[in-house]
Amino acid sequence: MLKDITIGQYIPGSSPLHKMHAPLKIILTILYITVLFFVDSPVSYAIFTVYTVALVLISGVPLKVLLRGVKPMLWIFIFTAILNVFMTPGEIIWSLPIFRFTLKITNEGLAAGVTMAVRLLYLIMGTSLLTLTTSPLQLTDGIEKLLKPLRKIKVPSHEIAMMMTIAIRFIPTLAEETDKIKKAQTARGADFETGNIIKRAKAMIPLLVPLFISAFRRADDLATAMEARCYNGGDNRTRMKESHMTALDVKAIVISILAAAVVLLAEFWT
Amino acid sequence: MIKTKNLSFVYRKTDEDGGTAVEEEVLREINLTIEKGSFTAILGHNGSGKSTLAKHFNAILLPTGGKVYVKGMDTTDKDSVFNIRQSAGMVFQNPDNQMVAAIVEDEVAFAPENLGVEPKEIRRRVDECLETVNMTKYAQSAPSNLSGGQKQRVAIAAVLAMNPEILILDEPTAMLDPKGRSEVIKTIKMLNREKGITVVLITHYMDEAALADRTVVIDDGEIVLDGTPKDVFRNVEKIKSLGLDVPQVTELAYELRKKGIDISEDVLTVDECFAELLKILGGGAT
Ligand SMILES: Nc1ncnc2c1ncn2[C@@H]1O[C@H](COP(=O)(O)OP(=O)(O)O)[C@@H](O)[C@H]1O
Ligand SMILES: [Mg+2]
Repeated sequence: MLKDITIGQYIPGSSPLHKMHAPLKIILTILYITVLFFVDSPVSYAIFTVYTVALVLISGVPLKVLLRGVKPMLWIFIFTAILNVFMTPGEIIWSLPIFRFTLKITNEGLAAGVTMAVRLLYLIMGTSLLTLTTSPLQLTDGIEKLLKPLRKIKVPSHEIAMMMTIAIRFIPTLAEETDKIKKAQTARGADFETGNIIKRAKAMIPLLVPLFISAFRRADDLATAMEARCYNGGDNRTRMKESHMTALDVKAIVISILAAAVVLLAEFWT
Repeated sequence: MIKTKNLSFVYRKTDEDGGTAVEEEVLREINLTIEKGSFTAILGHNGSGKSTLAKHFNAILLPTGGKVYVKGMDTTDKDSVFNIRQSAGMVFQNPDNQMVAAIVEDEVAFAPENLGVEPKEIRRRVDECLETVNMTKYAQSAPSNLSGGQKQRVAIAAVLAMNPEILILDEPTAMLDPKGRSEVIKTIKMLNREKGITVVLITHYMDEAALADRTVVIDDGEIVLDGTPKDVFRNVEKIKSLGLDVPQVTELAYELRKKGIDISEDVLTVDECFAELLKILGGGAT
């Protein structure tokens, strides 16, 4: 179950999206999300959809993989859609009285529900596209670069990036270990599957305690191993995969800004 | 290469209930010189202080008494710390706990990146070191997809990328299956013989210790035996009294000698044992 986390599920490839400068890719993803929240009218939605589909096609990431990132969010999806459908006031098209309440669906509610669901879908697709085409190292490097100006106000940009790198590195290790402990405890008669929430939470204790002890041990070992290899924080550190902006990145900037402009124009001028 | 002078080390920990400081003397008056290009094995039972000693060789721990010199540099000298760590690379027991990066080649690049090496030179070193440990094929793999032996070879490459002259390995094979063990030992031997790297191998496998030029046995923080593997393993009784074993074939020869059979004391490998037995049997049978 822990293994389904999309972060770090990088799909190696050689598409333009893969080759883009990571910090720029992060900025353009933020731009994508920002524009998405202004999109409301059908026309701009259509344009935005074309743009998103184009990005997916360019990336070469299989749609199946992309939608896998959506699955864990399905409940939030449905919940948001339902809330919107039933809670938005407006022209009633269907209603059902229950006790003293009336469950009603309005025209506006239906529109809002659909809009919200599509918006969430694109939000997840956009961010997944970033993590699927950027290796964890490039991603953390990119974040480090973007946060670098904030070092002046004491934001520990290098440390944040290093923490993320290590977290990504240890997710599979800890997932595997959780599995192992769970099996060992199940063999001893522990029951993680049945009972109410409190009972199940209690059953987690014999799982979490060994996991934490081992995690602290690992942290200790790792710190020693990093020190032994001359780790001394971010100062004077170089990177093997130093990436720079290329002509491709300039094109990406132009295309993104154009796309954003067209979508926003469609939204506010029509 | 490495020289310790009356090295002592005391762990200070706070008592669980009282909060009073408890001192545990882990190393006592260790005098040890490791020669350039040599292959030294350090033996000792659990808790005898092997890891603590190893951590003094690259300034992870600093002596509470005495001195440690690495290539003539005092480990307590703050300005030399990174020079020392670059010269004396260290590989640890648990392959999972010493990897930082999510991809093999990034892992190997970690140390030279820390040292501020030029990107192009890092790339060259990473390729070279992966080649040396025969892991080039896995440059893009995630460590979690590798076997234990492969992980340890990556860990060795990750240290070699600093261009160290000394390689210290703290029970690198303890968590590996027999196949992984033999891969790692082969790599270590090759580095010593072909690349001239000084090796300090901490182990509790006697057959690994028998491969070294020199075997040092420590017990309760003190050196109790020191010499060639042959000289050390001749003391079968003493080694057993320290809670250690001798290589299986050495033990066999020892038992045979006790029964009055005239077999050499210096049997360390299966081949040697076979030759010796053949000599005895050959004399009797024909
Ligand atoms: N971090 C520590 N804090 C306190 N005591 C320690 C620590 N690490 C090791 N020791 C103690 O030092 C002794 C030697 O440990 P160590 O050097 O790890 O032995 P070995 O590697 O030979 O098994 C043990 O008795 C252990 O309890
Ligand atoms: Mg140890």
